[in-house]
Amino acid sequence: MPQSREAAIVGIHEYPLRVVGPGVSALQIKAASAAKALADAGLGWSDVDAVYDTGSHQSIGGLGISEYFGIKPKLIDNTAVGGTSYEFHANHAASMIAAGKCEVALLTYGSTAHSDRRRIGTGGAVGAGIPNPQSNMEASWGQTLIANYAMVKNRHMHQYGSTNEQFAHISVATRKHAMRNSEAVKAMTDLEFMGIRELTVEDVVDSRMIAWPLRLLECCMISDGGGAVVIASKEVAASCAKPPVWVIGGGEATKYRENGGDITVSAGAQSGPRAFADAGVSPDEIDVLMAYDSFSITVMCMIEDLGFCAKGEGGEYVAQGHLTFNDPRKPALNTDGGGLSSNHPGERGIYLLIEAARQLRGESCSQVGGARLAVAVGNGGQLGSRHATGVTILAAD
Amino acid sequence: MTQQALRPQPRFPEQDTEPFWEATKRRELTYQTCDDCGEVVFYPRAHCTGCLSGSLSWNVSKGEGEVYTFSVIMQNYHPAFKDLGPYALAYVDLDEGFRMMTNVVGVENPIEDVTCGMRVKLTWIDQGEGEIALPVFEPA
Repeated sequence: MPQSREAAIVGIHEYPLRVVGPGVSALQIKAASAAKALADAGLGWSDVDAVYDTGSHQSIGGLGISEYFGIKPKLIDNTAVGGTSYEFHANHAASMIAAGKCEVALLTYGSTAHSDRRRIGTGGAVGAGIPNPQSNMEASWGQTLIANYAMVKNRHMHQYGSTNEQFAHISVATRKHAMRNSEAVKAMTDLEFMGIRELTVEDVVDSRMIAWPLRLLECCMISDGGGAVVIASKEVAASCAKPPVWVIGGGEATKYRENGGDITVSAGAQSGPRAFADAGVSPDEIDVLMAYDSFSITVMCMIEDLGFCAKGEGGEYVAQGHLTFNDPRKPALNTDGGGLSSNHPGERGIYLLIEAARQLRGESCSQVGGARLAVAVGNGGQLGSRHATGVTILAAD
Repeated sequence: MTQQALRPQPRFPEQDTEPFWEATKRRELTYQTCDDCGEVVFYPRAHCTGCLSGSLSWNVSKGEGEVYTFSVIMQNYHPAFKDLGPYALAYVDLDEGFRMMTNVVGVENPIEDVTCGMRVKLTWIDQGEGEIALPVFEPA
């Protein structure tokens, strides 16, 4: 099947700081990142004709952010599905560009989750906003976000016999990459990580229990941060400053608690095959896998559900120890250091696109030799209840 | 389970689940079935998720089922839970065919004493006379 090469990532920027302090706002992070990403592409504000925004921060979405940036887009998309919103945005932007509806799409993210001292993982339900049936049925049980994911891990271990030692390999590989990324090392330093060094399986399985069976070193950090991605038509891409990274396929899906459902199967089991069919490639061709590592179990589900191994065999798959950038067996996993060890301000999906683009440009700190194909797979919402999984497949020029 | 502070509560008006919570004042765990296709609907809604029907009946569960999965929470900064010690959050599959989020209580050490697939039965956390009660589960 011929790959569609109508739209490409032409500009990227990852905001370098993970602790910004009180002097910097989420909107300022978005604008600073947008300006850097546009400069990376060799474009300016006036070139942007499509805005993608989750509306997650400071109550401003695509309408308000256009004024804030000082642009006049002809297309606005406020899709907000949590951390994977940016894969949805990239897929939508590529489709709209291919349909001739816009030429230059801007995706931005900014968050001060750390400086706000938000206890994302362990705060428990607070019961704010207008009540709905979901919050009313889930508010009273002391569910934390981490426990939601821990229920998936527990069932995975029960159903397939996967072990804590196997899950630990995900954290080990990710930390190895983080130690090669100076921004990740600074992030861990600024966030006062204990033991900023490569990890062993024992380090992970001996770390503090947060919500059984998930331990501290299987959980992402809570940082500040942000970033931006510019996606453009092939005509615009031809004159951009950097080589284009083509968006060749996309898939999206949702899943939620169902009577009799299998909690170990994520929405990726639907969106993964959709994306691979769209791109005309298969998992065994992928060089780099950027999988949303909110927790070890999230990565485990993505690896299985996208078909990098059979369902239930992810434990044995990751324990082969081949997830690092310089192993000849591919794909390499989360070569930037991931949410576990580099950057997680709440909605990590944009970094999956950014690091995938770096790899396909040859610009990563942990460069995979000859990388041609990358997958960005995000998870938004909560894996153990309602969630979305967006998959974007990218190809080098 | 001693209550240090009140747990987060369902809030009303919220038309879909209010009858469910009203029934807990009578210590009844309720679920819905579709009058047209028989689908078990949970959480409560005014429409069937299986067919297009808007005709649903309320039923009272026997309160017997099994643990589908669970987590034992060591750390929750909410005042109602922070001094509770490790406690089990769970999905329980009721024998009538619905899955609900809840707690498993009445065990010494939830990490060792709760397992996927174990049989459980309904019990209640009372929150005072005339107030809603919380349906939770203990080993059967």
